[in-house]
Amino acid sequence: MIGLRLVPRAQPSRTMLLAAPLIAVVLTLLVGLAVFASLGQNPLHAFRVYFLDPVSDMNGVSELLLKASPLCLIALGLAIGFRAGIWNIGAEGQMYLGGIFATGLAIHFADGADAASAANAANAINAGGAWLLPAMIVLAAIGGAFWASITALLRAQFHANEILVSLMLTYVADLLVKFLVFGPWQDPQANNFPITVSFADNALFPLLASWGWGWFDGTRINASVFITLAAVPIAWLFMERSFVGFQLRVTGLAPRAARYAGFGERRMIWLALLISGVAAGLAGVSEVAGPIGQLNDRWIPGYGFTAIIVATLGRMHAVGIVLAALLMALLYLGGEAVQISLQLPKAISQVFQGLLLMFLLACDVLVNYRIVRQPSASSAARA
Amino acid sequence: MLPPLLALHAIRKSYPAVVALAGVDLSIDAGEIHAVLGENGAGKSTLMKIIYGAVHPDAGQIEWQGREMKIDSPGAARDLGIAMVFQHFALFDSITVVENVALALPGKFDLKGLATRIAEVSERYGLPLNPWRPVHELSVGERQRVEIVRCLLQNPKLLIMDEPTSVLTPQAIDQLFETLRALSAEGTSIIYVSHKLDEIRRLCHRATILRGGRRVAQVDPRAETEESLASLMIGREFPRTQRREHTAGPPVLELVSLTVPSDGPFGTPLSNINLTLHAGEILGIAGVSGNGQSELVDAITGEQRVAVANTIRLCGTPAGRLDAAKRRTMGLVNVPEERLGRATAPTMTLTENSLLTAHRQGMLRHGLVRSHVAARFTDACIEDFDVRCSGNAAKAQSLSGGNLQKFIVGREIRQGPRVMIAAQPTWGVDVAASALIRQQIIDLASSGIGVLVISEDLGEILEMCDRVTVIAAGRMSPARNVADTNAEEIGRWMAGMFPSEMGAGDAPVAGSNERAAA
Repeated sequence: MIGLRLVPRAQPSRTMLLAAPLIAVVLTLLVGLAVFASLGQNPLHAFRVYFLDPVSDMNGVSELLLKASPLCLIALGLAIGFRAGIWNIGAEGQMYLGGIFATGLAIHFADGADAASAANAANAINAGGAWLLPAMIVLAAIGGAFWASITALLRAQFHANEILVSLMLTYVADLLVKFLVFGPWQDPQANNFPITVSFADNALFPLLASWGWGWFDGTRINASVFITLAAVPIAWLFMERSFVGFQLRVTGLAPRAARYAGFGERRMIWLALLISGVAAGLAGVSEVAGPIGQLNDRWIPGYGFTAIIVATLGRMHAVGIVLAALLMALLYLGGEAVQISLQLPKAISQVFQGLLLMFLLACDVLVNYRIVRQPSASSAARA
Repeated sequence: MLPPLLALHAIRKSYPAVVALAGVDLSIDAGEIHAVLGENGAGKSTLMKIIYGAVHPDAGQIEWQGREMKIDSPGAARDLGIAMVFQHFALFDSITVVENVALALPGKFDLKGLATRIAEVSERYGLPLNPWRPVHELSVGERQRVEIVRCLLQNPKLLIMDEPTSVLTPQAIDQLFETLRALSAEGTSIIYVSHKLDEIRRLCHRATILRGGRRVAQVDPRAETEESLASLMIGREFPRTQRREHTAGPPVLELVSLTVPSDGPFGTPLSNINLTLHAGEILGIAGVSGNGQSELVDAITGEQRVAVANTIRLCGTPAGRLDAAKRRTMGLVNVPEERLGRATAPTMTLTENSLLTAHRQGMLRHGLVRSHVAARFTDACIEDFDVRCSGNAAKAQSLSGGNLQKFIVGREIRQGPRVMIAAQPTWGVDVAASALIRQQIIDLASSGIGVLVISEDLGEILEMCDRVTVIAAGRMSPARNVADTNAEEIGRWMAGMFPSEMGAGDAPVAGSNERAAA
């Protein structure tokens, strides 16, 4: 009997390591064309609808950035943790908590605005002042970090598995959102819809169009993209040049060496989880104080999970993550586009995400291992 | 004339990056004890695995009792009558000796009958062993006996012993040699793989010397000197280390009644350890591994903090509660036993591995890494310590064991320490690199640094150290000047029989596993 075995390559090719994501993308596209064909569509037309039409105008580009921005932000935080071998799968829940904390502040001052409006209608719009949005951003970061710190505490003190804990906490966070929007935070004028009041203007990220930047007229893109824009170089500097980033990397690659050098294991766990929690929390505020403008029970974007693919596809590197986030955002938009113009199921975008991740993992295996044919152990024993 | 029991002709084996064997001949006569001698990487292990059927040669012939053969698998080797005792034992700790042996034997599971056979064989060859004891209670020497008895039960014609003495006390080595001689007298052939020259001269009838995958000589070791064997093995003159006059300074590391509970069912608790290391001296801790060495190193370096701060004093300061990073800042450096994965991150470059512990040498500014400083530090290590590598961007895992160890020792020494801990500093390192490392450690002590050397290799300790102490079953013997003691005494101590510190004479220390064996 001839068996196939994977044998580690002595020296994996660096070129192939970097090319693997591109190969995975190409393979995904090829299989995607076949999927379109099997659904009875003209593959080239479907391809154009999926990948080109969504970004053919400024509005499309703005929607792309609006989706890519939180994905990129969360993925940067996750990558820092992943490099340290801390597998935070619960960024989705940490994002919810960022949204919840920011919403709490926004509607608290919105209540004040309602009370004040009776007395002074002119003052109502900007109740709480210009500091409200910055305060919401800070609170959202704290909210995400708080949710991640539960995982950090359980992992650092009791060696609980952070994958399970953070994942399960995501479901808790989801229920927490539902509890709030069905209960205490429900908008009394919403006819029992599970939504909060809409945020006042000073609790929302300003639209870029509102700054007189003409080419953004009519688009939804807002100032939250600047958080991501700032986070990319900071994350790059942290991961590639800082000593703490190095310590986190050693902790992931060789935990015994990190212990030997005296890099406290608990400190590393806390850092990795808090950083990814902060990033996810910021993504949360950029959503509720951005395109959503309120907290509601339908806000389940899945960015926290998709960001895991983004971080992996981006090779845990800041620049790679930016590119991967743009690609993932395009897959989202394309999915919506084919749903509308070709009446294909929306699940097609998840098929593309899944294909991409599987092809990437397969490419990684083949970059690091080669397949050899050789007699299996059982046949050798019989001989 | 009878054909040899086993004859190998022109055996070749190459791996993707390296030619392990480039046409090696070997012939073993019946009843012969044949040494296979060579440095790490000379091809010894590959050759043994080919004989044992675990590796298939690319080319060459194997003849068994004059007939050409293919040995396809370890099972086929066993059917021919070839047995192998590996350097690393494959025993299950939680079950008994007889159960372990039964697992390796084909056929029915008859523990009672098997226990009787084990008792017979172990008595016949002078390998005392109680078949009903659980393996985790056994000393390393006793575990090796289990492995040997397991092989002997199959009545092998050829027994391969891979570095069998690396974990034994001198007394246990003598006992093993008696057994091997008895087997040889009965006609069993033995291949004895080692790099310990004195043992080979005492035990073996012939020696095949490998270097770089080739057979460079076949000699009668009894007619050679250790120097001549060593030169054949390394291909040039045998380097010698320079001893020095030693003047001890003030204490730099003191352990005062250090007691550490065991952190697992098979760990060794440390009990009431007292030890003083002075500036400028090399203090050796001898002992068979698994007697508390790793627990002791972890406690001293701070990788495992202890309960009472004052039981560990570093340069006069209580340090028991400080973490490893703080103790490093106080001038403690550490060359641990595991070079890949602990002393270095395998997939990181040498420069990054410098940063691992030497980042206090000006490699950081405002929390950012100054990579040019780290690179310069690394280049200096590579140059001063003759590290053979492709440069400071080489990954740690691409270096040979000896070169990696030279880099690690260099990295730690260049940090200007006050105290150095070195565990098994030359274990598995080739002769030339060993000599360089030992010389560097001796020079470090001469410059006033206190060095603690923990080693299983008694020869190494007696060669380098000024004073020696022994750890056995988590207890520490009194320290002796090396000049006032000898291998026999230290060997007895390694088996746990040393006078207690309070001066109650030569009462043996209770709780030692090796005691029964010695």
